[in-house]
Amino acid sequence: MKTVRIGAGLGFYGDSWRPVAASIERGGVRYIGSDHLAELTLAILQKDRMKDPAAGYTRDLVPMLASLWPLAQKHGVRFVLNAGGLNPEGARDALAAEFARRGWKARIATVTGDSVMERIDALRAAGEPLAHMDTGAPIDGVREKLLFASAYLGAKPLVEALATGADIVLSGRVADAALFLAPLIHEFGWSLGGNDSDYSRLAQGLTVGHLLECSGQGSGGNFNSYLANGWESVPDLAHIGYPIAEVREDGTAVITKAPGTGGRVDFDTVRQQLLYEVHNPHAYFSPDVVLDMGTLSLKDLGGDRVEVSGATGRPRPSMLKIVAGYQDGWAGTAQIGYSWPGAMKKARASAAIIEAQLRESGLRYDEIHTEFLGYNSLLGPLADDARLDEINEVYLRMVVRSQDRRLAEAFPRQFPWLALSGPPTASGFSGIEPARQLLGLWPTLVRRELVEPQVKISVTETLA
Amino acid sequence: MSRVRLVDIAHARSGDKGDRCDIGLFARDAATYALLKREVTGERIARHFAGVATGPVELYPLDNLLALKIVLNAALQGGAARSLRSDNLGKCMAAALLRMEIDLP
Repeated sequence: MKTVRIGAGLGFYGDSWRPVAASIERGGVRYIGSDHLAELTLAILQKDRMKDPAAGYTRDLVPMLASLWPLAQKHGVRFVLNAGGLNPEGARDALAAEFARRGWKARIATVTGDSVMERIDALRAAGEPLAHMDTGAPIDGVREKLLFASAYLGAKPLVEALATGADIVLSGRVADAALFLAPLIHEFGWSLGGNDSDYSRLAQGLTVGHLLECSGQGSGGNFNSYLANGWESVPDLAHIGYPIAEVREDGTAVITKAPGTGGRVDFDTVRQQLLYEVHNPHAYFSPDVVLDMGTLSLKDLGGDRVEVSGATGRPRPSMLKIVAGYQDGWAGTAQIGYSWPGAMKKARASAAIIEAQLRESGLRYDEIHTEFLGYNSLLGPLADDARLDEINEVYLRMVVRSQDRRLAEAFPRQFPWLALSGPPTASGFSGIEPARQLLGLWPTLVRRELVEPQVKISVTETLA
Repeated sequence: MSRVRLVDIAHARSGDKGDRCDIGLFARDAATYALLKREVTGERIARHFAGVATGPVELYPLDNLLALKIVLNAALQGGAARSLRSDNLGKCMAAALLRMEIDLP
C-alpha cells in the first residue's frame, strides 16, 4: 500500500526550523506542514501591517525557507505553510524576491480569502449575527475596536494549490491540522465526504495533523511528566527531532522522527499531544470533518514509532469558525525584587504601599493584579507557602488594566522611589516599560457559502 | 488510608483556547486510570481550582488512552491576550492539577 511521509515544520511564530532540516535530510519526508499562527498571532501581524502595508505575514517565512530550500529541493520536499498571516500575497512577494535574488526556481501557490475583516458589515447584512460563540454577546459592542477577523479555512483550497504543482503553498488562516491533511488528500485522492470510510480517513488525517502541528510537543518536547520515564529521561532535547507521520492510503499512520535526533516518540509523548487543546474529544471540530477520538488506538511499536488507527469521523460542520481580535485596553507592568531575609514580607509590604498610594493619588485602574515571581506567579492560588519565610528571593510583579494608555503607562513610574525609601534590599527593578495593548478574542461562526466563494488561489514562478 | 499526589502516578499537559483552559491527565497504567476515574471527579477538580476557574468543569474519560480530558471554563481572565497573569496561556495549570492529593484504596 502507498505510504506518504509528512513532517512537522514550525509549531508557532518564532519556533526553530533547525529540526526540520533533519526531517528533510534523514526522515524521508515528502511534505512539511508548518503552523505559524496561534490564535493571537494575527493581532501581532495586524500591528505590523498598520505600520507597513507590505507586512502582515510572519517574518520567519523568508529566512526559514532560505535556509531549508536547497535541502528541500534536493530531496523533492514540498511545503504547506500558513505563514501568509494577514497578507499571503505580501509573503509570496517577499519570498519570491528572495528566491530570485538567490537564483532559485520555485513555484509558489498562494491561498487568500480567509480574512473577513473588510466584510463584517456585509456578513451582518447577509443575516449572520456574528455573536460571540461562548457568551452569545452581540458583536456591535466590539465592532469599532476590531483589529482582525479571519475564518478558519479547511484543506480544500490547499489541495487545489498542491494540484497546481506548487513547491510551496502559502496561506493565511486555515485550520492548523489542514496543513497536514491537505497533502494526504492530494496524494491519496481521498474523498472529502460521502460515506463512513471517507470520514474515517479524514478523521485519521486530521489526527495526524493534530499530532504534528505543535512541532516538538509531538516528539517529547514539553513532556510534562515526572514519572520514571518522565521529561528528564527524554534524550537530547538540544537536537530534538520534530514528529514525522508515515501515512497509509487507508489513513492509518505511524508517528516517528528522523534517525539520530533527540526527543522521544512513545505512547506517553504521543497521547499527551493527542489531547492537547482539545475540548470534547468526541467532537473535535475542523472545517473538513468532526473527529471522535474515543475510538482511536495508539500502539507503541518501540524504536520511536507509534501506530495511530481507528479514528472515526462525522460530516463536516455547515458553519466555519471565525476568530476576530479587538482592542481591549492597556496593561502597565512593574517588577521589583527582594532578597532574604523576609523577602516575601518585604515584597508584600511594597505591594500594599503601592496600592495605598494609588488610592491617595486618585489613580484608578480597572484591575490590579499582584503576583510574586518565585512564589506564585505560575501556580497562582495553588502555590504552596511552606518555608515561604525563608525563601531566598522573590520579585513583586504588579500589572494594572486600564482603557487609558497614559494611565497604564503611568503605573511603573510609581515604583522607583521604593529603592531608597521603601522596605530594604529592593533590586532588579524592571524599568519604565511602555504599556502593552490588551486584546480580546471574538470567536464566532459564519455560513460556509458566505466565505468560500471568496477563496482564491494564484500561482507564481520565480525566475519564470 | 494513605494518600498520593497525582504527580507520582500520572502526567498532564494543559493549553488554552479563548477563556478555556484544557488539561489532559494521563494515568501511568490501567489500575491508576480506574483510580483517577473514581477520585478525580468534576466536583473535586472544581474545588481544586477554586479561585482560578470560575466557570463549570467538563470531564471526559477516555478509556482507550487511559486519560481524563478536563476543561476549565472561564479560567484565563478572559483569554491569554487580555490576561494580566504571568502564565497567561495556562501552561502551568497541568502542573497545578498534579498537586492534587487523592485517597488510595
